Amino acid sequence: MSEDKKTLIIEGKEVEFTNEANLLEVIRKAGMNVPTLCYRPDLTSFGACRMCVVEVEYPNGRKMINSSCTMPPEAGIKVHLNTEKVRKIRKMVLELLLANHDRECTTCDKSGNCELQRYAEEYGIKKVKQYAQREVMAPIDDSSCALVRDNNKCILCGACVRACDEHQGLQVLGFANRGSKTVVEPMAGKELAKSECINCGQCAAVCPTGALTINSTQLDDVWNAITNPEKKVVVQFAPSVRVAIGEMFGLEPGVNSTKKINAALRKIGFDLVFDTNFSADLTIMEEAHEFIDRLQNGGKLPLFTSCCPGWVRFLELQHPDMLDHLSSCKSPQGMMGAIIREYVPKYYEDIKSENLVSVSIMPCTAKKYEAKREQFKMADGRQEIDYVLTTQELGRMIKGAGIDFKTLEGEEPDSPFGKYTGAGTIFGVSGGVAEAAARTAYEVVTGETLQNVVIDDMRGTKRVKTVELDLKGTKIKVKIVNTLREAEKCMREIKEGKADYQLLEVMACPGGCINGGGQPQSCNDSNIKELRAKGLYKDDETGELRKSHENPEIKDLYAKHLEKPNSHKAHELLHTTYVNKRNDCYISVGE
Amino acid sequence: MTETSTKLDFRVLDEILETYEYKKSYLIAMLQKVQEVYRYLPEEAMTYIGEKVDGLSPATVYGVATFYAQFSLEPKGKYEIKVCDGTACHVRGSMPVLNAIRNKLNLKEGQTTCDNGLFSLEIVSCLGACGLAPVCVINDKVYPQMTSDAISMILDTLMKEEGLN
Repeated sequence: MSEDKKTLIIEGKEVEFTNEANLLEVIRKAGMNVPTLCYRPDLTSFGACRMCVVEVEYPNGRKMINSSCTMPPEAGIKVHLNTEKVRKIRKMVLELLLANHDRECTTCDKSGNCELQRYAEEYGIKKVKQYAQREVMAPIDDSSCALVRDNNKCILCGACVRACDEHQGLQVLGFANRGSKTVVEPMAGKELAKSECINCGQCAAVCPTGALTINSTQLDDVWNAITNPEKKVVVQFAPSVRVAIGEMFGLEPGVNSTKKINAALRKIGFDLVFDTNFSADLTIMEEAHEFIDRLQNGGKLPLFTSCCPGWVRFLELQHPDMLDHLSSCKSPQGMMGAIIREYVPKYYEDIKSENLVSVSIMPCTAKKYEAKREQFKMADGRQEIDYVLTTQELGRMIKGAGIDFKTLEGEEPDSPFGKYTGAGTIFGVSGGVAEAAARTAYEVVTGETLQNVVIDDMRGTKRVKTVELDLKGTKIKVKIVNTLREAEKCMREIKEGKADYQLLEVMACPGGCINGGGQPQSCNDSNIKELRAKGLYKDDETGELRKSHENPEIKDLYAKHLEKPNSHKAHELLHTTYVNKRNDCYISVGE
Repeated sequence: MTETSTKLDFRVLDEILETYEYKKSYLIAMLQKVQEVYRYLPEEAMTYIGEKVDGLSPATVYGVATFYAQFSLEPKGKYEIKVCDGTACHVRGSMPVLNAIRNKLNLKEGQTTCDNGLFSLEIVSCLGACGLAPVCVINDKVYPQMTSDAISMILDTLMKEEGLN
């Protein structure tokens, strides 16, 4: 590829470009902007919305209107971003989109965060009545506990269709019908809950409007539990939440808000605040020992990590024959759910299992589904975790409670499940689980202290990473992938006997949980997920302890209750089983 | 109908997929073949193809099937009647022909296949035979210069052949 620097002129300013895929990228790199609805830097260009049109002037004087997201940059052209013609086109696009749109903005989940709403305001759209209005309302699909689909808000930009295909390789959502009848929907308009959707929420993460949103019906339930004096509400929050929630309050992406979140949760009215990072450490204790056991005693390898509920559902639906590879460890959320039920009443006299409400704050929409798993049911029929809220929903709670998050004084978590090590915190980023597990596995296998805990090859935003480790003679190979498109390739590798690795870490979202479907929307800027990842690695670097087995509260938990990793009690509480779920979905047709 | 006859024979689908080497680039050809066998695209068949062929999903197959007018998601009749309602045919009286067919087959508003499944009716834009207007096509056979009487006689003949009357 040619790296020659060429130049073009944008708004009278000479701008250099090299191998940018499209003109839009060049414009944005030069610090200027045009509006976009369908364009997402991490997905292929689609050219559907026509908002990014610019006027291009060629050296021979010819002028053309072009969509900058699909036009390759050309040397010598002059680009005008905001001519009268261009503004007129954009206004027309907006008016037409709005005419067909359910404009009940105030009660829309996306209100205040909607790109269509924003541009309508910026372009001063005051009348749309001259065009045919939407007459018949499409039914809203809220069958899924993770996501809500409202086609009355859909502008057919195709971002969700591309995300589902290009990230996850699933194509759960597709375009159906033609022309004015076109809709985006699962197979034959079926309910999302009955489709092969894995609830990752990457479709909602790229939706510019309120057509795909997080199912936030549990928000009211949580408020009700908090205001109910009989209930004691215990909360945990995941690694990735702390480096993203600040974005909703004007903080930079990646700023670590752990202590602010502790304080905010208490101010909202949660009775006890614990940290999912603690149970991430616990997961490492269990999973590292499970791995070593499988390695030394001829167990099923490669071992798959089981923290990501999107990935687990993917396996249960698409590869039920591979479930024995999956670690039996519950995810950190699941482990914390069990620990809270079992031990909080033992540590806190006024809390009993009957009046305890367990809430978790996750960067992830699939965690809502995970908490409802049959395997996480208690003897009395209730779920171990009552409610799961996403980072976005917590941000809304904080705002609703009138808390000034930015200036909030930080607080410590409650004990005994609030302390964490650097190994726990990096769970939120692709490669983090493997790195954390390696730190503990090394010391368990070799009996020596690991000096350099950072494994650079496991870091970075690449979708596939392969790392070889030498545990003093025991050589192991670890493969780390994010997105299910890559995970699917690994499944084929394994089935064809071509897999030479012993541990496979999978996270369904691109980059890991930091870029989860429940995080504040960041789809217009690829750098945000990198800043969040850096935030977690910095938390690891600056913390006192960096290995899960050194966490004093973890040591205490084993000493007092669990005995040792993979003990009988640990299995009872912290491990789970998986089931073939093909028959829950239409994909099992003909079997 | 018996239980077994309403169920799809997936071996037939497997054969079709095999013919096209399970390649997604042949999706339209596969769907045409399926429609040839079943006279429509059963939902289960679309799901099956989406699941079995690499790079496709049920939603994607459904998207292609609903995009093209040639594919039907409802069972078509043994005799597929196409009435041309292009400009030339319309001017020369395709509407009376259409109404005659509707009456003859007892088709209610919006119904496209008659109750016994023998005939299905479709209005098409232009068959490219304007010189013969108004035109009908029944299973690839072209009937030129139709009138309501002529089409009634043709349908009578077909019904007689099928042992009806």
